[in-house]
Amino acid sequence: MLVYALNRTLTLVPTLLAASFLVFMFIHLIPGDPASILLGDAATPEEVAELSRELGLDEPLWTQYALWLANVLQGDLGTSVFFREPVLSVIASGAETSILLATMTMLWIVLFGVPIGIVSAIRQGSWVDQATSGGAMLFASVPTFWLGLYLILIFSVGLGWFPSSGFPSLADEGGASNLRYLVLPSLTLAAPNAALIIRLIRASMLDVSREDHVRTARAKGLHPARVAIKHIFRNALIAVSAAFGFTFAALVSEAVVTETVFSLPGIGRLVVQSILRRDYPVIQGVILIIVVFYMVINLLVDLAYASLDPRVSLK
Amino acid sequence: MVLLDIRDLDLSIARGGELLPVVQGISFTVEENETLGIVGESGCGKSLTALAIMGLLEGSAVRIAGGSIHFQGRNLLALAPVERRRVMGERMAMIFQEPMTSLNPVYRIGDQIGEAILQHRRMSRKQVHERVLELLDLVRIPDPERLIDSFPHQMSGGQRQRVMIAMALACDPKLLIADEPTTALDVTVQKDVLELMHSLQTRTGMSIVLISHDLAVIAETCDKVAVMYRGRIVEHAATSALFSNMSHPYTLGLLGSIPAHDQDVEWLDAIPGRVPTLDELISGCAFHPRCFAAKDSCRTVDPVAAAVAPAHFVRCHFPQGNST
Repeated sequence: MLVYALNRTLTLVPTLLAASFLVFMFIHLIPGDPASILLGDAATPEEVAELSRELGLDEPLWTQYALWLANVLQGDLGTSVFFREPVLSVIASGAETSILLATMTMLWIVLFGVPIGIVSAIRQGSWVDQATSGGAMLFASVPTFWLGLYLILIFSVGLGWFPSSGFPSLADEGGASNLRYLVLPSLTLAAPNAALIIRLIRASMLDVSREDHVRTARAKGLHPARVAIKHIFRNALIAVSAAFGFTFAALVSEAVVTETVFSLPGIGRLVVQSILRRDYPVIQGVILIIVVFYMVINLLVDLAYASLDPRVSLK
Repeated sequence: MVLLDIRDLDLSIARGGELLPVVQGISFTVEENETLGIVGESGCGKSLTALAIMGLLEGSAVRIAGGSIHFQGRNLLALAPVERRRVMGERMAMIFQEPMTSLNPVYRIGDQIGEAILQHRRMSRKQVHERVLELLDLVRIPDPERLIDSFPHQMSGGQRQRVMIAMALACDPKLLIADEPTTALDVTVQKDVLELMHSLQTRTGMSIVLISHDLAVIAETCDKVAVMYRGRIVEHAATSALFSNMSHPYTLGLLGSIPAHDQDVEWLDAIPGRVPTLDELISGCAFHPRCFAAKDSCRTVDPVAAAVAPAHFVRCHFPQGNST
């Protein structure tokens, strides 16, 4: 297992290299340069050229990439063009919001998705199943921004239960109660993914329930609930665990929209703003970190897969 | 003493809004320490009968449409689900055709056997562990101490079927239902498993209902035989009586399909045609389209079971054999 994990970590390197190259090149395809955006419409061409030289943007693209890569390898993601701060600290300032948001979202997905999926599989064809399947379909197909706006309309504007935007740090006044700022955004993010997990758990449990070993379990005289959890769900979990990797990928892209709708100071919104500001180093840095995260999550999923299924051996 | 008494059991399958009969008017008894063989081609309803006795039809499209199943004097069909589960795996256990898929792939076999014990007995973990080792030894699994922690995929088909038997015997059942327990196994392993079941029966005094499509297996192991065709028992007798005086043309056909080891023949005497599907309506005797002895009356009148000898019943207008 440890050898496998180390091997997989090593394969991260070429993937990251390829990812960084693509990211770097694609960003420079976007028209407009940071110097003129920073200086505004009133700037003279001389001023723009001066700033470009200062930022190192007048060098050929290859040289810029090589310089950037050399710095990254030393742990330096560069300096933000807009904030004039190291990229790492810019990202760190958005990390608290994003990590809390992701954790809360995963919590909802597991808390709602797993039990509802199990119940709709056990009560296949009943009104509970029909209702949850319909609901899941609805949430899976509704765009996140639309759902977010409606949650704000109902729970913030209408009922006044939760704040509609922003997120003060947990270190600020209010402490842990500031988490209420993240309730609506995390629910928005969780809805389509929980819907996916519900459908997946239901489908794979129905698959497993037709297998011979389930009949063996029932022949022991076990209670149906025990058969459903210990024998059917436990086997269905193998297929479902693989989907959690994809869920993370979906979360990243949906977080960009959600953080914008709820004006959260997270990494998703940072990316959007950095693209508008042509803040190349920040965009590159964030995407690089997301790629690393994604690969680590997938490695964890594979390790979980192997520990869930004794037939899988990692080599 | 009668352990299992089945009377006029009818099973139906719901298909396209209508109920098609799959098993009709089955009756038989199993005494204590006795082995009953049920033989027939695929689709004759023998496995469904077994599942009905065991109580495993729930969740399938098959319903019990009539009749009774008495076990130790109690009608199982009248029991509440919780009462029924107390019988399943405790006094009545079942092993299945496919040892490769009948064990849960994610649990160690020791835990799977132990689960049946924990369900019905108050025992400590240590006691359960001891009992599982004892059971593995009983079914002649070599090196039980090591194999108790194996996963099913690490074992051979024969070993898995032994594990299934150990699991079935966990609570010393009165009745073991074995649905084609050797069909998926190599011939040499088949023999071992059948011998094992027989020796366990001698030791524990349990009764066995053995389901097979193989008349040779039945001949070797059973006290009584019920031959099934298309949901009905067409011949029912003690094994010795049946083999000395086969009366139903279908039984004769089954015997004729067995290849003899000492003869080199080009063609086997297979029964012509196939088992009709459920929705095919056949007038008269259901076997007449495939029967070598069919006459006009077979096409119009459905025969009833009649005794050709004491305790030897045949459902045929023109029983073969040396009727007395």
